[in-house]
Amino acid sequence: MAPTPTTTRRPAGRAKEEGRMARRLLRLSGLVGVAAATALALSACGGGNISTNKKAAASNCGNLNIAMNNWTGYYADAYVVGEVAKDKLGCNVKYVNLAEEPSWNAMNAGTVDTILENWGHEDLEKKYITDAKTVEDAGQTGNQGIIGWYVPPWMAQKYPDITNWKNLNKYASMFKTSESGGKGQLLDGDPSYVTNDQALVKNLNLDYQVVVGGSEAALIKSFESAQANKTPLLAYFYEPQWFFSDMKLVKVNLPKYSSNPKVCPTAPAAIKCDYPPYHLNKLISTKFANSGSSAVALIKNFHWTNDDQNQVAEYIAKDGMKGPDAADKWIAANQSLVNQWLQGT
Amino acid sequence: VSVSAPPPTLPPVTLKEEAPRVAAPTSRHTGRNLLIVVAIWLIGYVILKGHDTLNTPYQQLNSFDTWLNHIRDDIVASSQTNWFFHGIIGNGSTWLNARFTNLQDLLSQPSAGRPVPQIGWLGVVALFGWLTLALAGFRASLMVIAGTLSFGILGYWQDSVDTVLVVLLAVVVSIVVGVPVGIAMARRRWVSRAVTPVLDVMQTMPSVAYIPFFAVIFGIGLTCAVMLTIVYAIPPLVRITEHGLKSVSETTVEAAGSMGLTRGQLLRKVQLPMARRTIIVGVNQCTLAALSMVVLTVLVAGPGLGQDVLTGLTNLNVGEAAVPGLIIVIIAIVLDRTTTAASERRERTQGRVGSVSGPGVMLTSVVLERLPRWASEETRTRRLPTPALRRTILAVTFVVMVVCVYLSRTYLDLAQFPSAWNIGPHLVNAINSFSNWIVDHTDTFTEDVKNVISYGFLNPLQELLANTPWWLMVPVFMAISFVIGGLKPMITTVVCSAIILAVGLWNDAMVTLTATVVATVLVMILAIVIGVWIGRSRRADTIIRPFLDAFQTFPSFVYLIPALALFGPSRFTAIVAAVLYAFPISTKLVADGIRGVAAPTVEAAQSSGITRWQMILKVQLPMARSAIALAANQGLLYVLSMVVIGGLVGAGALGYIVVSGFSQDPLFGKGLAAGITLAALGIMLDRTARAAADRGRS
Repeated sequence: MAPTPTTTRRPAGRAKEEGRMARRLLRLSGLVGVAAATALALSACGGGNISTNKKAAASNCGNLNIAMNNWTGYYADAYVVGEVAKDKLGCNVKYVNLAEEPSWNAMNAGTVDTILENWGHEDLEKKYITDAKTVEDAGQTGNQGIIGWYVPPWMAQKYPDITNWKNLNKYASMFKTSESGGKGQLLDGDPSYVTNDQALVKNLNLDYQVVVGGSEAALIKSFESAQANKTPLLAYFYEPQWFFSDMKLVKVNLPKYSSNPKVCPTAPAAIKCDYPPYHLNKLISTKFANSGSSAVALIKNFHWTNDDQNQVAEYIAKDGMKGPDAADKWIAANQSLVNQWLQGT
Repeated sequence: VSVSAPPPTLPPVTLKEEAPRVAAPTSRHTGRNLLIVVAIWLIGYVILKGHDTLNTPYQQLNSFDTWLNHIRDDIVASSQTNWFFHGIIGNGSTWLNARFTNLQDLLSQPSAGRPVPQIGWLGVVALFGWLTLALAGFRASLMVIAGTLSFGILGYWQDSVDTVLVVLLAVVVSIVVGVPVGIAMARRRWVSRAVTPVLDVMQTMPSVAYIPFFAVIFGIGLTCAVMLTIVYAIPPLVRITEHGLKSVSETTVEAAGSMGLTRGQLLRKVQLPMARRTIIVGVNQCTLAALSMVVLTVLVAGPGLGQDVLTGLTNLNVGEAAVPGLIIVIIAIVLDRTTTAASERRERTQGRVGSVSGPGVMLTSVVLERLPRWASEETRTRRLPTPALRRTILAVTFVVMVVCVYLSRTYLDLAQFPSAWNIGPHLVNAINSFSNWIVDHTDTFTEDVKNVISYGFLNPLQELLANTPWWLMVPVFMAISFVIGGLKPMITTVVCSAIILAVGLWNDAMVTLTATVVATVLVMILAIVIGVWIGRSRRADTIIRPFLDAFQTFPSFVYLIPALALFGPSRFTAIVAAVLYAFPISTKLVADGIRGVAAPTVEAAQSSGITRWQMILKVQLPMARSAIALAANQGLLYVLSMVVIGGLVGAGALGYIVVSGFSQDPLFGKGLAAGITLAALGIMLDRTARAAADRGRS
């Protein structure tokens, strides 16, 4: 079906047109090239009033990419370490917003250097620390983590026995909402948070439906309005948590956790015990650990208490300070501790 | 068209005569058959509810899920050693990530040892402005300069520039890959046959669904973000390129062929120049789609404004989400106008076209429409500079640009956007107090709306869909698709239902379907009301259409912000966002359908003395029914893609599983299965609605 031409005589007009188009394209790409080259050439010139940071130029820290998991307690860790790294070590710090588990993947891929508050994740430890050897444990943060189900204080006063999980079904109808499909509502946090709630509800035969609240801010807002309006609320929450200084939420006691897998199975779908206590730790990518960056020692040394973290978190979430400002305020008040972290950097 | 003389009053009998050409489908008794199907379904539900609903617990994995998990684990395990995953993909990703960091050092972020990038804000503004001047002309250049300045004025300089850089990177790669593919498809039928189904799947699968898969292959980071963006942005470009080449008129091609041109010459000298403008429309669509995806790649640590929007959303800080959202909107408008201007440059306006298919559309055939008047009029009278003048202008402005770049490298005030000009924080506070005020004054109202729709509509429908046994539900779907679409969609329905059943997410699919149906119904109510209005009134059209056009260019992510502000995190928020996202396209399609009703028919009906309402209900709407079906089809697909993103703000079922699959390691396989389910659901709904639209047209 293709025409088989005998000659290739070009109509003059067309050839001209084609030539023009080609020339224009060439010229354009040429111009872009020249522009880029000129810009780069100018980059070599100095002068003016922009001074290069001598300390940064002299430091051996380089780039530090910190994963930013989305709860305020984590922000506190990240901004404090980030600000110290920037101001004392001259690191070029970048915060990368990522959910918990994808942050492990990012360390494996080399786009994130460290996670500063890790909640367990044994499966990922095996995958990336033991097997792939792309991630290393960088020690404890000193923070003790608790996850559980909480009710606002007014409920614990009015229904004292609600703190025992066995009584939850008795109160289920109270927690009904338009979202919970005729059952009681158990409000969860961000989809990326560590949670066994769906399995717990099923395995403990609770007449509840897990409804996703979306984030830490959403959970806090729900608790505030539940307490203010005396409306029932049962929700997933955790410590360390600055909000406890505002409102003494009461934890519901689920079947006691035991490390014996016969008592408390560990398969995600079979879980029927309370959350284990978490000793929060830091992680660092192997590549970064071997890079010789002075920030490695800082991250390994970083260690503080739940109160410290809650203080910074409160600056951010309650007082509305910007993360770096909140961190600077805390750092200024805790110089001696910060100096300990800087040993060996 | 000859119409029998109407009697003085208007009994339904006359109308049968009025519209004989659309009367054919009624002989199929679509409405009656649908009622029968629904009646059988309801009876079945009452008797059998709660049986065989295939409701699986969230954390329970089936063998398909664990199989996918194992594949993922193998890939991760080999990511440090395997020649392909490490040697090619891994090293390639690392290389691209590093090059992009260099680019950021140059233009957006403080580079090593300097408090500022190599080129400061003044230089970047000048560079963008000059490049636009060279590529798209003076007006576009002014727009780009203003838009770029707004990055700093609104206080998100670095992330905004990063967003633009990723979009440009993805668009350049898309053009290099996509245009040749489109050309090959236009020239070889088998290429078209092979590629089209791939494009169909790429466009029907909600973008969020394949994020986890890409994250495993490319590792989280920029490369992954760029790849995701390309996959999302390339189909419209390929399709429109193919369409543009194919629609070069036969006679022209034959005439050229008879002059003895080879196929290659034909392509270069006739087809490509003539299709050039359509291809640039494809570039326009590709660019907007890229922007909309770049914002979402925040989930894989893609740089840019998505980070700020997501942070604002998760902190329930409306202002902090809205200001970067506003910049995204500005970027969308500027990119849209710039690429359109590029297609119009140096050409007299004649039958200008823009594409209906906006970002996120899964049109499988390209629908072209005239651009609105406001977009095309401005250039009609423009005088074009002579080439010599143009060259002089470019040369002079080039020098200016270079000086600006130099200055911005040298002086801190020209490098770092002056904080005195930054109104971002004030705007954030203003928006927050405004939205708090709105919420304080409307929260009982919004709560009522939410409850009315949830209890009156959403919950009963969900109860019905999710609690009917699957083996009754599948025949019901088959019957519905057969009644409204015919045999072909019924076969699609069977295949898609089988896929959903096979991957084991039937019940969740039904819950998601409920939200989709509810949102689509709301979209169609809005679309028909506003569409009829602007379809009948030229003045309303001139006022409203520009807004619809603009809304259509906004990335889906942006729509979560107002929805979240009003309704807080819940499944209803996702529905509201979906309605906001889908209604512009549906409204435009309905309006075009109403306007498309042949003038003689309308006049004839008018002369019969019918009232305005009779005209709308009995003449215009029935005759525009194919357009309405198309509007419903498009609305549905937009809604479906939004329902998934809703998983980020508290929507349940498939959207939630997709998002969890990304963020919870053991749920990877299940998340992917949810993505497959969504694609199957989308294809099933799309094919049925499209068949109904085609049928209405015939």
